[in-house]
Amino acid sequence: MKHLLSASDLTRDEAVHILDTAGQMAATQAREIKKLPTLRGRTVVNLFFEDSTRTRISFETAAKRLSADVINFSAKGSSVSKGESLKDTALTLQAMGADAVVIRHQASGAPHTLASSGWTHGAVVNAGDGTHQHPTQALLDAYTLRRHLVGDRGRADVSGRDLHGLHVAVVGDVLHSRVARSNVQLLHTLGARVTLVAPPTLVPVGVEAWPCEVSYRLDDVIVDGKPDAIMMLRVQRERMSSAGGGFFPSPLEYSRGYGLDARRLEALPEHAIVLHPGPMNRGLEISADAADSDRAVIVEQVANGVAVRMAVLYLLLAGEQSTTNRSAE
Amino acid sequence: MTTYLLRDVSPLGEARTDLLLADGVVAAIGTGLEAPADAVEIDGAGLVALPGLVDLHTHLREPGREDAETIATGTRAAALGGFTAVHAMANTTPTQDTAGVVEQVWHLGRRAGWVDVFPVGAVTVGLEGERLAELGAMAESAARVRVFSDDGKCVHDPVVMRRALEYVKAFDGVVAQHAQEPRLTEGSQMHEGVVSAELGLAGWPAVAEEAIVARDVLLAEHVGSRLHVCHLSTAGSVEIVRWAKSRGIDVTAEVTPHHLILTDELARGYDPLFKVNPPLRTQRDVEAVREGLADGTIDIVATDHAPHPREDKDCEWAAAAFGMTGLETALSVVQETMVETGRMTWADVARVLSSAPARIGRVDGQHGRPIAVGEPANLTLVDPAARRVVRPQGQATKSENSPFGGRELPGRVVATFLRGRATVLDGAPVDEEVQR
Repeated sequence: MKHLLSASDLTRDEAVHILDTAGQMAATQAREIKKLPTLRGRTVVNLFFEDSTRTRISFETAAKRLSADVINFSAKGSSVSKGESLKDTALTLQAMGADAVVIRHQASGAPHTLASSGWTHGAVVNAGDGTHQHPTQALLDAYTLRRHLVGDRGRADVSGRDLHGLHVAVVGDVLHSRVARSNVQLLHTLGARVTLVAPPTLVPVGVEAWPCEVSYRLDDVIVDGKPDAIMMLRVQRERMSSAGGGFFPSPLEYSRGYGLDARRLEALPEHAIVLHPGPMNRGLEISADAADSDRAVIVEQVANGVAVRMAVLYLLLAGEQSTTNRSAE
Repeated sequence: MTTYLLRDVSPLGEARTDLLLADGVVAAIGTGLEAPADAVEIDGAGLVALPGLVDLHTHLREPGREDAETIATGTRAAALGGFTAVHAMANTTPTQDTAGVVEQVWHLGRRAGWVDVFPVGAVTVGLEGERLAELGAMAESAARVRVFSDDGKCVHDPVVMRRALEYVKAFDGVVAQHAQEPRLTEGSQMHEGVVSAELGLAGWPAVAEEAIVARDVLLAEHVGSRLHVCHLSTAGSVEIVRWAKSRGIDVTAEVTPHHLILTDELARGYDPLFKVNPPLRTQRDVEAVREGLADGTIDIVATDHAPHPREDKDCEWAAAAFGMTGLETALSVVQETMVETGRMTWADVARVLSSAPARIGRVDGQHGRPIAVGEPANLTLVDPAARRVVRPQGQATKSENSPFGGRELPGRVVATFLRGRATVLDGAPVDEEVQR
């Protein structure tokens, strides 16, 4: 693995290997001294063209726990808005000797462009690009699902196991969601069955090619589909204005049709868990009852995010160290 | 002026003969012609002679974006592509929306001397879609504008479109519509479908083109005007134009070389070289536009040659400019997609790349003429057996945004003659002769 650009780049075995490695990383995080020397002397750049304090902190924590040097480069306003171009930014980072670039960008495909351009020789990790992909989010979701739902509900060792047989409902703004795209691909790769639930306006044209089912009715999916997990996507309030696309008539109508409230939570199978990538819009896609219930694993997702990102950085940088001569690239 | 004797060429791919070009016209046709004393003989064995190609849709970028292309570099590229006339689109800076600007472009074209440059006039002031530009003044100017287009933008207001269609009747003009419903394509990046859904790029739905094409053919019928549809790209648009023609509506349509051969699958690498407007569509659409071109529903191939400087393509997809170059590859793409597939003859190629565009642009007194004695010697010699690998850096256009870099294409333009003067010989531009 040279880069991590898309969940679709991962085979089942690669994905399971990342989850297993994340499990080992998580185990070290229970110790009093959390820091590992693994990436000492390596430089990880967090290149964020779009604000995301949560994701940036998660990657930063992961890199620091592995003893890497971390540079945070906040490049708000890219070439799209006449700032410095992605190319010049990448050349600058290359000159500074970045071993890995963690990139968050508002343009779909920007990490792909960075990885294939030759502007940087470092490993590129996609930390969310436009409405395309957010592979580490999907990995941390898969990790969380596996921990809770596979191997006797977390009591047995789950290494080597995938998500075969699980049913996951992903609910909300699929059209604009990189989280949904990444999860559909990764959960499918790992053997899970995925049902997307959204109003028809928030389902992309072309979704028929995705390895999942699509429903417009959340209550039916909960009652008939009996999902093992339900993943609520963030819905932006702006989407309902005509300038934002006019995708639904009002927040209230959205909540009534697609929000996870106490009633729907009650209707879920007893063992089902609730995920949300954050930040949540309480009262819109998820009610406080659901967000704060003991079925919700939302806070744990954050902790698992650090372990998964440690695993990704470790596999990209430490794995490569032993096999290639970087100066010869 | 040099006299040229073209030995053994095949006019329109038919029986071999000799062509004598003298004093700007085809002076004689026949086998075993006697060479006049001062004639330059060209061995044309294996070469197809076509009337000089006419492009109804070229962006020469001057005035305004001389970093991307100038009239001199763009027309030199055109000559190398086998063209003897190009219609220069109006989206320059300043916009070609006054008699002064179109005359400037026309003069610069004359001075460059590679091809005849016919400026296209803007339909509306500044391409803003609100007020009609002074179409009459442009028509009456030295540039004698007959084609009007806001290309790059759609004349989306139905009333403005109706007025334009009606108004240009006074001077036998035509409105060439860039069919793109603006509200349906806000922020659009690529064709909306399976690939855009996966890539997370905002979709440009086929219906945004088809809705405008449908509206415009009905408007053209209502007011009895002539309509031309630029760069038609979808199967649905082909159906609508086919229907309109069957009703007797005076509509013509063009397809670009790239829409004849490339699909939206190429967006998967996020390489902005494949970002173009209208976007590359699906294989089904490619099949439909080929079929439409073969059966005459689509009248012409036009390049939509759209040069951009490297920095406008050397970036993330969303930040990149729309457009691809095409003057130097158009004929090869038509050969590969239409001739080598058996769908068209060379006579058909002459129709879609020369006589029909000349007629639509009302320049058919000089261009797109039959290859016959007494006709202007605007000719192109093509070697259909040649194959070449496209090298964007080696092209005459100033920009390198060809989608065909590294791709092998059939056919090679060996020579181009503009009124009997060689602009291209042995596949190379004849700079001295043009400068004279």
